[in-house]
Amino acid sequence: MNSLLSSDKRKAVGLIAALFLLAAAVAASILFGLQNFDMATVIQAYTSFTGSDEQLIIRTSRVPRAITAAVIGCSLAIAGTMLQAMTRNPLASPSILGVNAGAALAIVAMLYWYGAVFSFSELMWFGFIGAGLSAGIIFMIAMLGKGGMTPLKLILTGSALASFASSLNSLFMLISNATLEGALFWLTGSVSNSSMNHTLQMLPYFICAWVIAMLMSRSLNVMAMGDDVAAGLGQRSMWVKLLTMVVVVILAGGSVALAGPIGFVGIMIPHISRWLVGNDHRWLLPYSAVLGASFLLLADMSSRFLLDGKEIPVGVTTAILGVPFVVWLVRRKALGQI
Amino acid sequence: MVRFKRIAKNNSGHHRNPFLGLKMMALVVILIVTIIVSIGLGSLHVPVIDVIKSLIDMGEAKYELILMQLRLPRIVAAVLVGAAMAMAGTMLQALIRNPLASPDLMGTTSGATAAVVAAITIMNGEISVAWLPLAALIGGCFASTLTYMLAWKNGSSPLRMAMIGVAVSSAMGALTIYFTLAGPLHMVSQALGWMAGTVYGTSWKHVLYLAPWVVICGGIALFQSRNLNVLELGDSIAKGVGMRVERKRFLFIALSVILASSAVGIAGGISFVGLMAPHMARKLVGNNNLVVLAASALIGALLVLLADLIGRTVFVPLDVPAGIFTALLGAPFFMYLMFRQSNRV
Repeated sequence: MNSLLSSDKRKAVGLIAALFLLAAAVAASILFGLQNFDMATVIQAYTSFTGSDEQLIIRTSRVPRAITAAVIGCSLAIAGTMLQAMTRNPLASPSILGVNAGAALAIVAMLYWYGAVFSFSELMWFGFIGAGLSAGIIFMIAMLGKGGMTPLKLILTGSALASFASSLNSLFMLISNATLEGALFWLTGSVSNSSMNHTLQMLPYFICAWVIAMLMSRSLNVMAMGDDVAAGLGQRSMWVKLLTMVVVVILAGGSVALAGPIGFVGIMIPHISRWLVGNDHRWLLPYSAVLGASFLLLADMSSRFLLDGKEIPVGVTTAILGVPFVVWLVRRKALGQI
Repeated sequence: MVRFKRIAKNNSGHHRNPFLGLKMMALVVILIVTIIVSIGLGSLHVPVIDVIKSLIDMGEAKYELILMQLRLPRIVAAVLVGAAMAMAGTMLQALIRNPLASPDLMGTTSGATAAVVAAITIMNGEISVAWLPLAALIGGCFASTLTYMLAWKNGSSPLRMAMIGVAVSSAMGALTIYFTLAGPLHMVSQALGWMAGTVYGTSWKHVLYLAPWVVICGGIALFQSRNLNVLELGDSIAKGVGMRVERKRFLFIALSVILASSAVGIAGGISFVGLMAPHMARKLVGNNNLVVLAASALIGALLVLLADLIGRTVFVPLDVPAGIFTALLGAPFFMYLMFRQSNRV
């Protein structure tokens, strides 16, 4: 437990600093982009709305986008933290395990079979179902064979499932003549077109999941010590695992329904948080949440500047940032068994 | 040298294969029949007899354009691409002694894809198709070297390499989308179809750019296959029989990267063929790499040919990239291999 912030007091101060970072990231994400605004314009857009172009951009594009990015970053980071505790596998995360791709596949498949007749809340449920199914399939397949569910099998199964799902995705999109923009959206994930309405519909589910996650933090601490220890301490492992999976499925499936599959947030942020505050989930979860939100906001903001005059999907930015991190993680000593 | 030969022979002779010649013949016949049948299939159905007539230059003029200029080059390209990918995979699996190795998992395919998309968009679509294999080669070399180096840590563990390969591939995928968007809008759809891996729209020109690479590199690989047998036994044995291990290993890695990249340069990322074909071939013809290389080339050709046939006939009027079907077949196959591997360790 060699964490950077050792005492509770320092951790609390650190969390407040992280919250300031989050506030700064939200502000930056609203202010900077193809057009730059100042704070006064943003405030005026809500206090004295005149309907000018600038105010419209702020109210219909920038603010919804910032809120969506924050919500999704937070959710994916929490989902990653919980998956890593549950599987005791430093590489577990919704994207690497293929949960994101499964959710995207379920949504694209339903859109393909029934056309664009669904309301957003229905799509959201398809996302949940897809995420749940793919998580179930991955865990079931990874349990087969000798040695049970080793971390490595879990991840390789996940990556095979993800490439299976994404090629089915492209097949559905090609034969349904979906627009290219839609295709890119379901392949990489982006928050650039998010609407406030959808995010607000999703928010209650997310908040429930966040609260349950925080309430479970003690159980997660026990679970992270392994099944035997957990049983010895009197934890009903099955129930805790089941509840963890439900929370992860809501967080990952809902995020995909809102923004498509965005990778690598769920793997990087938990590690950075663990480096800051150690393994205690009572601190780890809030840190992951705040840092995940800030990270996705900043990634989204920088994806507006990586190309002149165009935006790239935020999933591309997170992948470019996340891959070196994963490589470093795989090479680390702690993963000696790989 | 005598010992060298004997070891190479012993390695190949573990499982004597009684019907080897017959099996190879059968593969060749199946491939030829599939080629002829698939030339006839399509939006215009041409009877087999007319196809054969056209092939020996006695066909009717009305079929000439569609068969010889549209379908045949595409089918030849599919065959070459499949053979190239399969041989690249065979060599990698023998060299790294890793059943999960393949151009896709080493990052070769995705690196080559990223480089080609970059070349297309930066040159605004005005780049000659002749240069695409070169761009693919540079990208493929870069990504596979990166994977190999990053996975190296007191030797290269098969599974670490698979994981690093997955990571490098996703970085290259992200770069591909970046370059796609960096270019003009009308290039996006071309690049997207190309990323999924398709031989749609290949002409004789494409075939001419691909064929020399495949024939030369494939020929060298077959010719050198005995060295591959020795390398497969491990470095110490190979050194013990007097082989220049590093030099030979470099040769085979270079051959496999060139084969895979030139295939990507023409057809995009047709995935999992380089993984599946060698395993099927080994199951069929044993372990001698000379035969395995030949058989996997035939099987790889057959796989891509069938995937392309499904892609262009089942979803008419759409042309679905062959790479989608190879991935749909290949991902479950990969899982199956992984379990066999983890059960053995």
